[in-house]
Amino acid sequence: MNSSVIVFPGSNCDRDIAVALEKVQFKNKMVWHKDTELPKSDLIVIPGGFSYGDYLRSGAIAGKSTIISEVIKAANKGCLILGICNGFQILTETGLLKGVLLRNKNLRFINKNVNIKVINNNSKFLKNYKKDQILEMNIAHNEGNYFTSSDHLKELNDKNLIAFKYCRSDGDVNSISNPNGSIENIAGIFNSNKNILGMMPHPERMIDNLISNTDGINLFTSLIK
Amino acid sequence: MKISNQVIESHGLKLDEFSLIKKLLKREPNLLELGIFSAMWNEHCSYKSSRKHLKNLPTKGKQVIQGPGENAGVIDIGGDDAIVFKIESHNHPSYIEPYQGAATGVGGILRDVFTMGARPIALLNSIHFGSPKFFKTKSLLNGVVSGIGGYGNCIGIPTVAGETKFNATYNENILVNAMAVGHVKKNKIFYSKAKGLNKSVVYVGSKTGRDGIHGASMASAEFDENSEEKKPTVQVGDPFTEKLLMEACLELMKDNSIISIQDMGAAGLTSSSVEMASKGELGIELNLEKVPCREENMSPYEMMLSESQERMLIILEDGKEENAKKIFDKWDLDFVVIGKTTDSNKLVLKYNNAIKAEIPISALSSKAPIYDRKWIKKKLPKIKVDLKKLKKVKFEDALIKILSSANYSNKSWVTEQYDQMVMCDTVKQSGADAAIIRIHNKKKAIAVSVDSSANYCKAHPISGGKQVVCENWRNLISVGSKPLAITNCLNFGNPENPEIMGEFAECLKGIKESCEFLNFPVVSGNVSFYNGTNNKNINPTPVIGGVGLISKLDNPINHKFKKENNLIILVGKTFGHLEQSAFLEEVYSNIDGLPPEVNLVNEKNNGEGILEIINKELAKSVHDISSGGLVVALAEMSMGTDFGVKIDRPKKLTNSIKYFFGEDQSRYIVEIEKNNLEKTAKILKKNNIFFEIIGTTQMKYFEIQGEFKSDIKELYKINNQWYNNF
Repeated sequence: MNSSVIVFPGSNCDRDIAVALEKVQFKNKMVWHKDTELPKSDLIVIPGGFSYGDYLRSGAIAGKSTIISEVIKAANKGCLILGICNGFQILTETGLLKGVLLRNKNLRFINKNVNIKVINNNSKFLKNYKKDQILEMNIAHNEGNYFTSSDHLKELNDKNLIAFKYCRSDGDVNSISNPNGSIENIAGIFNSNKNILGMMPHPERMIDNLISNTDGINLFTSLIK
Repeated sequence: MKISNQVIESHGLKLDEFSLIKKLLKREPNLLELGIFSAMWNEHCSYKSSRKHLKNLPTKGKQVIQGPGENAGVIDIGGDDAIVFKIESHNHPSYIEPYQGAATGVGGILRDVFTMGARPIALLNSIHFGSPKFFKTKSLLNGVVSGIGGYGNCIGIPTVAGETKFNATYNENILVNAMAVGHVKKNKIFYSKAKGLNKSVVYVGSKTGRDGIHGASMASAEFDENSEEKKPTVQVGDPFTEKLLMEACLELMKDNSIISIQDMGAAGLTSSSVEMASKGELGIELNLEKVPCREENMSPYEMMLSESQERMLIILEDGKEENAKKIFDKWDLDFVVIGKTTDSNKLVLKYNNAIKAEIPISALSSKAPIYDRKWIKKKLPKIKVDLKKLKKVKFEDALIKILSSANYSNKSWVTEQYDQMVMCDTVKQSGADAAIIRIHNKKKAIAVSVDSSANYCKAHPISGGKQVVCENWRNLISVGSKPLAITNCLNFGNPENPEIMGEFAECLKGIKESCEFLNFPVVSGNVSFYNGTNNKNINPTPVIGGVGLISKLDNPINHKFKKENNLIILVGKTFGHLEQSAFLEEVYSNIDGLPPEVNLVNEKNNGEGILEIINKELAKSVHDISSGGLVVALAEMSMGTDFGVKIDRPKKLTNSIKYFFGEDQSRYIVEIEKNNLEKTAKILKKNNIFFEIIGTTQMKYFEIQGEFKSDIKELYKINNQWYNNF
């Protein structure tokens, strides 16, 4: 299986995600933002970081970059797209995913491990997890407070497009277990075809017990055939 | 234009220094030249007051590849790996403009590390604020923490350890010290020494603006009531550009294009060009009309003294320009040849071919004034604190008072604003003791820690200087690393005051003693004088940043209790030294008496014994005992876990306050499984190390028999109170 990691100026989780992909035997290529063509890819990852410094709105400039039009084309043909952290922000800027990521409710950058619950495992991304499985993952962001229109929120719920929600270690989803003010504790969502996943937590940081845990590895093993 | 006395003073120069300039030039300088002298001769760049004392520090050792004098120090960690590291202060700018001051502090120290060819792998910081009650403290804390985070998070280097402290001595002069650590292959280290004639001098990175003009001179003077007006001298940081600059430089460093490279830090284009030329014993000629400028009509004076961030000066091998330019174009950064090396031994500045300044390099470097400033020995306090004379305090109340204080509170409010995990090699975030960072793709790791003990240094500078090095060494030992070398950031008051100069001289004496004994050399550092406002100086605050090596990273250790019913061993002798302790300061606001004395023989011996226990995988957790004494260290090991302690009443107990809150040095707490007692005791006895078994771990409760019992969750809550109420 072939994967591509898009590298914007200011991406800083690009190496980390490449390590995770290679760990599960993806043949991975790094793709520079000025490139006009994507290599043949079964999976495209938009990594975390501060693309173009995020001095405008997070992900806004990356959403208009040269390579991103190729990513949109690939997405519309059904290619799997994973956006993590800044990658999720960029996907909402392109319109591939609906909604926005606002500043964290406490107006501060937050880096810590949180619990998230697998809401819908019925997708190519999450098939190796169990439904309602509770994971511990690292978050690191300024703007992770997901918000969307009530119509879209209804669609997310009706069509089961919510991938993860922030929860307590016992699985309870409530306001105390919500680190950033995200609507309905949403930590990750799919598009309606479920070939695109955007998420704020960093699964690539959870693949090695020496560093953290291995709660993120199943996301990558789910994707490799 | 004739230079008036007022112009001289506004450049931070003394009149006799001006006479020396005239002597060296054999004429009057023009304003541009005066500006250049002021930038190179100020305390921050020239070390004119400190040099005499700094040269006594031990800087050599088998592990040292590069000692002080370069952009950063370099040490050998085996194989073809080396570690590059340095600490630097950004105190004055951070007080005037906390966010940008702290952010550019981080940016500056990162450049020092990647200039040498290293990829930065960790950031640390030591930040000191005024009293929690002082009206500015909270906003300064908020600004500094978000500035440090803002820069490190964006560039994508994890901030893994640090200390955040409060004391009224810093009310009007906070300290912001940032340390960066990088990894480099031994055969790929880059230096700043220029070599060869007629080589291209290239300017890369951000454009030059009017920010930060005279920043280094500002940092070399005391504050007064008009300090707010100095805001324009604070630089503005752009971590995004720094990320691009870092990647571009590291890409260019893959081949052999670079002869020498130097970042434009304090005193910008001036100090970078002079340093390269001076080290290479060459001249340098710059054509200033070529300097990329952010603003219109910038004068040569402004260009030479700007401290705009994210800029580098590179001397390239012949014929490498085209390829190098391609790399910088890719990263959308400026790349302009602005001059060349010459054999004139002079700094020559031209603007549209007209010579604007011409100064012998030696006048700016080797012939710069060095002062043997008058200093006097510290009068040592004779007071012994008599507990009986103080109002009696309950054990419980004292412990709660300390754990709920700003200084001893859980700092996750601070650390959660830093990305500690990016790069995915953070094995252990600091929290206490040292952090552990894995060398990417390898089975080895380094431990890093920063420490200071300003109260001890104030009371007894020699003992304090000695102690702070040992404290750092102990923190590195506690995570199972072999301590290798340190960098130091020496924050002091006004060196023209003999008492302050005395504090400096004596602290350095103490640092030297410990470093020599422990084979723990100083490989880089920075001096920050003039920390004070209107003649009120800060407590002497040398900050030590240490690096240790874990050659086999199989079972990393930390300070949190692991299991119930394990034995708790106290290693090192307890005498009950209370003077200068957290107990007296937090409970009684009493800061009388002498700090505890370090016995270096015991220090080394105990540390090596602990390291052996860890290496043989006998210890489940280890923590050193520092401020707050035994009971605070035990609490730190319990809080946040499910495991408390049951500590027996010590048999020879004379006074429980002294035993549990005393700050005797060279002590550690070790948790071991009961069946490992024999093996552990054997190692300790073999090395003649004093130890006592003081109790066991237990579920749920933190219990000091006869004194105190609490649910550890309660204790943890108390420990989080201060920042939760922020």
